[in-house]
Amino acid sequence: MTEETITLEVTRYRPGHDREPRTESFSVPYRKDWVVLDALNHIKDRVDGSLTYRWSCRMGVCGSCGMMVNGVPKLTCSAFLRDYHPGPIRVEPLANFPVIRDLVVALDDFMEKLRRVKPWLIRETERPVSEGEYRQTPAQLDAYKQFSMCINCMLCYAACPVYGLEPAFLGPAAIALAYRYNLDSRDEGYRVREPIVSDSVGVWECTFVGECSVVCPKGVDPAAAIQRSKVAGAKDWALSVLMPWGGRK
Amino acid sequence: MPGNDAYQHDVLVIGGGGAGLRAAIAAAEESGRLSIAVLSKVYPMRSHTVSAEGGTAAVMRENDSLDTHAKDTIFGSDFLADQDVVEAFVKEAPGQVIQLEHWGCPWSRDPDGRVSVRPFGGMTVNRTLYAADKTGFHMLHALFQTSLKYDSIVRYDEWFATSLLVEDGRVCGVAAVNVHDGTVSAITAKAIIICTGGGGRVFPFTTNAAIKTGDGMALAYRAGAPLKDMEFVQYHPTGLPGTGILITEASRGEGGHLKNKDGYRYLQDYGLGPATDKPVHRKMELGPRDILSRCHMQEYQKGRTFEGPYGHYVHLDLRHLGEKLIDKNLPFVRELAKNYVGIDPVYEPIPVRPVVHYMMGGVSTDITAKTPLEGLYAAGEAACVSINGANRLGSNSLTELLVFGARAGQSAARHALERPAVKSNPVAQLVSDERKRLDTRFLRADGRERIADIREELQKAMEEGCGIYRERATMEATCKTLRELRGRFARIGLSDREAVFNTELIAALELDSMLDVAEAVANSALLREESRGSHTRTDFPKRDDARFLKHTLAYRTPDGPRIDYLPVTITRWPPEERKY
Repeated sequence: MTEETITLEVTRYRPGHDREPRTESFSVPYRKDWVVLDALNHIKDRVDGSLTYRWSCRMGVCGSCGMMVNGVPKLTCSAFLRDYHPGPIRVEPLANFPVIRDLVVALDDFMEKLRRVKPWLIRETERPVSEGEYRQTPAQLDAYKQFSMCINCMLCYAACPVYGLEPAFLGPAAIALAYRYNLDSRDEGYRVREPIVSDSVGVWECTFVGECSVVCPKGVDPAAAIQRSKVAGAKDWALSVLMPWGGRK
Repeated sequence: MPGNDAYQHDVLVIGGGGAGLRAAIAAAEESGRLSIAVLSKVYPMRSHTVSAEGGTAAVMRENDSLDTHAKDTIFGSDFLADQDVVEAFVKEAPGQVIQLEHWGCPWSRDPDGRVSVRPFGGMTVNRTLYAADKTGFHMLHALFQTSLKYDSIVRYDEWFATSLLVEDGRVCGVAAVNVHDGTVSAITAKAIIICTGGGGRVFPFTTNAAIKTGDGMALAYRAGAPLKDMEFVQYHPTGLPGTGILITEASRGEGGHLKNKDGYRYLQDYGLGPATDKPVHRKMELGPRDILSRCHMQEYQKGRTFEGPYGHYVHLDLRHLGEKLIDKNLPFVRELAKNYVGIDPVYEPIPVRPVVHYMMGGVSTDITAKTPLEGLYAAGEAACVSINGANRLGSNSLTELLVFGARAGQSAARHALERPAVKSNPVAQLVSDERKRLDTRFLRADGRERIADIREELQKAMEEGCGIYRERATMEATCKTLRELRGRFARIGLSDREAVFNTELIAALELDSMLDVAEAVANSALLREESRGSHTRTDFPKRDDARFLKHTLAYRTPDGPRIDYLPVTITRWPPEERKY
């Protein structure tokens, strides 16, 4: 009995050789418990060792293996072949990013934006470790918890039509992380982050397509973070006009 | 391969996971005058710390004491841990977890706002802090995001260190490939810290991520540093069949039950009873990992496990915990079980089996995280300091990477402050030699051996010889196979000759590391003729303190590992029989 197979149509691109990306088809064994990443590993180990992609944890938490699968941003370690049966399955690099090679995209832009939103606790005075933890009730934790679940997998940037047109846009994950710290009861950095998030390429670029929240594999709702940041930003703007000496929240 | 000029720093950390980032921050806080670099083969937030689930042990409550944490750890280690190191570890643990709280880690909380603690295997009281069941993920991201605020920390993301540069017996830098463009450069530093984690990928069935190939252990080993206690490999009792994805011990800490195919809680037959409904510390499902993994194998031998497409398994039953508790404290377990085995643990038991999880061994360091090579430090799973001895207790490893990551950062920073800058001439020569080696050995080699074949045969040999139960004949066969594979590796051929993002070259370099690590494990195991902790010999079923109350040291030679020994430090807890 011949083993059932499924076809993967994979984007290949070698800088310096290819003027533009091309598509190569691979036939791989069809196994119901295989994910797209298993199929790529099969190709790399058994067919073409030069196929280039990132992966690591294969359990949906390291954020390495994001790709476009049939045009939708997915973690390939959680995208099962059976959900695309009988195929073919189109595997492309994440949209909206420069491609380094094959399925690997450049993350430099996000890494810079991540740092720009100051994603760390900002305090006017740091409490000495000897005085113990900051108390935080379960309700205070719940206020920001979902926004702390971002694994930086970049699926939301690949889905974001605004980022596609305006690469300077801070983007869903970076804004959600800024929002995560702003909501943290231990943090006092809102005043520092607010101008960064609210500037011309911050939250105001977003047109509320909401695709970011749809594709997030971790249930984070970046669209909500952006919308609520806009409301907060607008309130600050109104206060600054009404009370030019500096509105205090 | 073209090359770049030498990049210069004071402290260079290899590895950007929990230990590496903690070390980098500690070095930055030690002195603002130091230039600190973090080099990692992946972006730091991809590091395998991200996959840790259950929690982080530290004495946090009035009903607990440092001595109890120390005793549990030493007992769990089957008395192979160095007791002075364990005492320092438990003492510094609370401060480190609070520091991480101050850096934003979203620890789960009690109603009064204090960080919560849960029970864990082999621990006498509740002392495991957690962030639901994504503790490692939250710790890693908190550390990474916090590291971004230090201007003195620069990063080399997606660089692979290929060798340590050693001049006059002193470690002074690394040669490293920038994966993005294929260039090989020297990065010099007065002190180097290895924080590259473990090497579980030398086994076919592991919880470890693809990147866990023991690269840092191999780097140090090749430069002459010994690897300590490598024979001790931890099997975690509850991994998903097929993928090996971890189902956290916290699921048992919360009250989950292990059942054989008759629905019977079999652990009570192995001296871990009585089988109470509520979890009791150190009993039943809260026994230590080495013992629980052996119980599974004995159930299998008695024909009382299930048989599935990926071998024998038992049931981890969480149904009685209820949906609310599962969603609050074990949401990731539910997500993983649903995604990868199609089981919702609220309604059905999860199939689980023992899976390679952690290496107790690693680069030998002293209590300050210093290795025997001048200028070289190590921390985290890559190191063996040793608090874990022959068996690590769950939730001690995340604490270990904080405590000894911080210690390594401080030690390296102080060393760097005292030392003159590294001379560049010898380094230029060393890196030029390394470029030639990589070119000849890999990029221009036209051998016929394939990476995947050698890797699979290595993994198979390791499972056969160095699994849960071991004996002389199969271990000897494994050692022999590994030697042969080392020979075949010299005839490897790559299909990818590109400079830009050559992942096949990286896979070859990783396989090189795996061969070194695997040989150290197998040869260390062969010579330890006793059973202790995770190292269980059917031909030597008893612990033998007279001959083996000592650490193994493996040194690399061209003909394979040379094995030596080092005494264990005993302070206040003389060895006794380990019974739960």
